[in-house]
Amino acid sequence: MPQPLDLLKETPSQTAGPYVHIGLMPNFVGVHGAHAEDLGGRMINDKTKGERITIEGRVIDGGGEPLRDCVVEIWQADAAGLYPSPSESRGTADPNFTGWGRAAADPQSGEFRFETIKPGRVPFPDGRMQAPHLSLWIIARGINVGLNTRLYFGDEAEANAADPILARIEQRSRVQTLIARRSGNRFALDIHLQGPDETVFFDI
Amino acid sequence: MTAADSNQAPETGPFFPRDRNWHPAALTPRYKTTVLRSPQRALISFSNTLSEMTGPVFGQNVLHELDNDLILNFARPGESAQGPRIIVHGRVLDERGRPVPGILIEFWQANAAGRYRHKKDGYLAPLDPNFGGCGRTISDAEGAYSFRTIKPGAYPWPNGVNDWRPAHIHFSIFGSGFAQRLITQMYFEGDPLIKLDPMIGGLPDPSAVEQLIAPLDMARTVPMDATAYKFDIVLRGRRSTLFENRLEGN
Repeated sequence: MPQPLDLLKETPSQTAGPYVHIGLMPNFVGVHGAHAEDLGGRMINDKTKGERITIEGRVIDGGGEPLRDCVVEIWQADAAGLYPSPSESRGTADPNFTGWGRAAADPQSGEFRFETIKPGRVPFPDGRMQAPHLSLWIIARGINVGLNTRLYFGDEAEANAADPILARIEQRSRVQTLIARRSGNRFALDIHLQGPDETVFFDI
Repeated sequence: MTAADSNQAPETGPFFPRDRNWHPAALTPRYKTTVLRSPQRALISFSNTLSEMTGPVFGQNVLHELDNDLILNFARPGESAQGPRIIVHGRVLDERGRPVPGILIEFWQANAAGRYRHKKDGYLAPLDPNFGGCGRTISDAEGAYSFRTIKPGAYPWPNGVNDWRPAHIHFSIFGSGFAQRLITQMYFEGDPLIKLDPMIGGLPDPSAVEQLIAPLDMARTVPMDATAYKFDIVLRGRRSTLFENRLEGN
């Protein structure tokens, strides 16, 4: 027998379940007292640099119904394309921007919403620039492993056409599942878990 | 101490690919809700970019004094939550066995009777007025964490006509990169409901099930006060960046 490699296995994922809000957004479901404010609810303040935008969407199941119990997290660069993270080695991101947000689907409409700024462009490992985008992570009852996808911006056609990740999508019609429509300062994107419009999900 | 405070250089390399055969598949039909919520197309893979290798970091300022004490953090003054008092502790490691310091861990659970403080939970078991069911903590410089709570009860759920969830605590774990983001559940050693559970049954490998079962840990009990359970958490590891950096000319 050769020597063992001594690598550990990642802890297996389990669904977040129907009561995920108690843990991640307790105030949203009326569990007050433990935490004064739910994490991830405020990404920007008055001093944040960049264009203010609203991201809106729903997560739709294979029967056409919006998920009313899901939680969506986003992670994005600041207006200059820098991430507010210790792993960001290119510079220091805007101190007035968290880069990370968390929102629950509305219990009636299923809509989630983020108030944020439009991100700058971030390089791909080979130096080409990616189009402006958000990274999304979706968890809910019935989702065994959190789903990773991205949101791109409908008013960035030229950058989107040159984006190295979007270029990986072989069925070109599916690229549209990642591109949010602009209306004023709002960008809207529905995420489809199944069906002819199934969103592109990533194994990152 | 957070990762940002330590003298160690921040981790910047790409992550090992996730072993999708170790996690449950998206579609596990015995857990019925997965049927309409599981993507059917293949996931599209790509090597990590900065968007996946970076991630949010939380400082001690997001913590309050009782965040790691579910026995007291929702209780009226002078009272405490009902149920068997336990300590849950462990270390957060990466796949290379290295501690992951300074990362946020959130947890939530049912009360001792198996009831959640959530308007969608209609189980007839009673709410405990002194138990909210959520907490959070940040791993220390050695990746260690601990919190105090009560042992949650098992409860029935509408899947099959008579399905019961084994006692469990939900965990949400951040890493140093967004691609490490993980949600899981901790189960308790010796629970006979574990082998019947449709969610656990979605794990393809019996060793993966064992990785989610916390053993009784007498070494960490507090005599005449609380028993203890150990739950180590492993996040995705990063490749060394030494050679990539040279290739990219950084």
